[in-house]
Amino acid sequence: MMPAGGTKVRIQGLSKSFHTNGHEIRVLENIDLDVRDGELVCILGPSGCGKSTLLNIVGGFLPASSGEVTIDGLPVREPDPRRIFVFQERGVFPWLTVEGNIGFGISGLPPKEKAARIAHYVRLVGLEGFESAYPQELSGGMKQRVEVARALAVNPDVLYLDEPFGALDSITRLVMRSELLRIWEAEKKTILFVTHDIEESCQLADRIVVLSARPGSIRRMVDVDMPHPRDLSSPGYLALRDSILEEIGLAHRI
Amino acid sequence: MARPVATDSSHPRGRRARATRTLARALLPLSGIAVLVLLWDVALRAAGGPSQLLPRPLAVVLAIAELAQKGFLVKHVVASLFRVTWGYVAAVLLGIPLGIVLGWYRRGGMALAPLLEILRPISPLAWIPLAILWFGVGDISAVFIIFLASLFPLTLTAMNAVRGVELVHVNAGRNFGLRAPELLRRVIYPAILPQLLVGLRLSLGIAWLVVVAAEMIAVSSGLGFLIIDARNAGNRYDLVVAGMVLIGVIGIALDAMMRSLERSKALAWGYTAAFEADESRIDRKAAAGAAVVP
Repeated sequence: MMPAGGTKVRIQGLSKSFHTNGHEIRVLENIDLDVRDGELVCILGPSGCGKSTLLNIVGGFLPASSGEVTIDGLPVREPDPRRIFVFQERGVFPWLTVEGNIGFGISGLPPKEKAARIAHYVRLVGLEGFESAYPQELSGGMKQRVEVARALAVNPDVLYLDEPFGALDSITRLVMRSELLRIWEAEKKTILFVTHDIEESCQLADRIVVLSARPGSIRRMVDVDMPHPRDLSSPGYLALRDSILEEIGLAHRI
Repeated sequence: MARPVATDSSHPRGRRARATRTLARALLPLSGIAVLVLLWDVALRAAGGPSQLLPRPLAVVLAIAELAQKGFLVKHVVASLFRVTWGYVAAVLLGIPLGIVLGWYRRGGMALAPLLEILRPISPLAWIPLAILWFGVGDISAVFIIFLASLFPLTLTAMNAVRGVELVHVNAGRNFGLRAPELLRRVIYPAILPQLLVGLRLSLGIAWLVVVAAEMIAVSSGLGFLIIDARNAGNRYDLVVAGMVLIGVIGIALDAMMRSLERSKALAWGYTAAFEADESRIDRKAAAGAAVVP
């Protein structure tokens, strides 16, 4: 486990509603959450429960209807290069090569330093040999790694991941999860990870925040006190997974 | 990770099939033209004697040779290209930045788009009387007409392309701290480039269509003038058709030039992306033994 630091991200009394055709749709209701420095928190919930909206508000892309998000004690008002949002692999710029994408956020650095930084993150995500490939020449998993590398290259202190592995096949997804853990342990970032995948949250998180269906509110928080790498067939892991299945109200048999 | 894919490219039958395909691709377009010219000639012979309705293909070739010999060929072609270049370049320099700004600042777009939409369906030729009133008979009028003809499609293409840029890309740019001028340069502009290149090609085609008409009225040189002058000054229909053929050939050359820009991978990432889905292309790539990335 990572050593838990002080509070990094604080979400207080956060609510969000959208207005469409004169109707008010309440998406999030009264969310309170403190994320510690260096913690990996999974926000787990069914489709349409507002978990992506929550992440977009925390990232500064959407305003909250009420309540507040602060990071290091300062309110979030707009996107900030110190906290990078990783979209599904769609966020990679298709007009730039792998190198161009990874170097996108560090264009202000001296060329030598920039090249070194790019090379470091190309290696970290295992894309050596593909530096000058364009995204359309890469597989979904490789594009996803480009996006993670692009985020890490600006050395942010927080990463927001919005179902980053949702579009990948199940084998690639498993590989990407262990890569993410490896990178997280090497780079010591605070990570907010949104997913609808129970297994994924059990495999990755220090803490799982279970959201209810819309309007999303926090239904339960589960501390996962298991070191990485986690044994996916150990009784502890299975008990955790089952308790969350139950919490969400899903049967154990199909 | 890149591994060569074993295919039938090494197989003699595969190689022969490929050679046949290449040959067919080179010859088929020419054969269409050849058949048309042949039918044209045969029909006129069948009609008997010199036709009043259409010159023979040979007469057209001789007319082009005559133009070349007297130096008129170069003179008229250069005159037309000169006007297209100036009108088109001015439209590109004004229309694309204008379209980007209108697409980005929604309110500006909402204010100006209806005006552009109303002006666009007015044929550029309808402007000829005003152009002559304002600029007199001469180059400036013709250049102005071409400028207008290219300006509206270019501006609207750029504006709509900006509106279609994916929100993820804009948000990613903002996340890395970019604001309006930098965001437009580093995200919006490259994102819309594939569509811009298509718009550039189509509007150059329009400019080339319009220059001929403008030259029939507003000036006394260029391919449009050649055609109208050949008719007025002695019913030289061989020269008229020669002018038409020259317009077609130059038009296709301009189009090919713009297409080659669209094929450039760094400029037109969208072109390659769209083609990746095309199975025949994947086949060809594999057949060429190209690396296939997993």
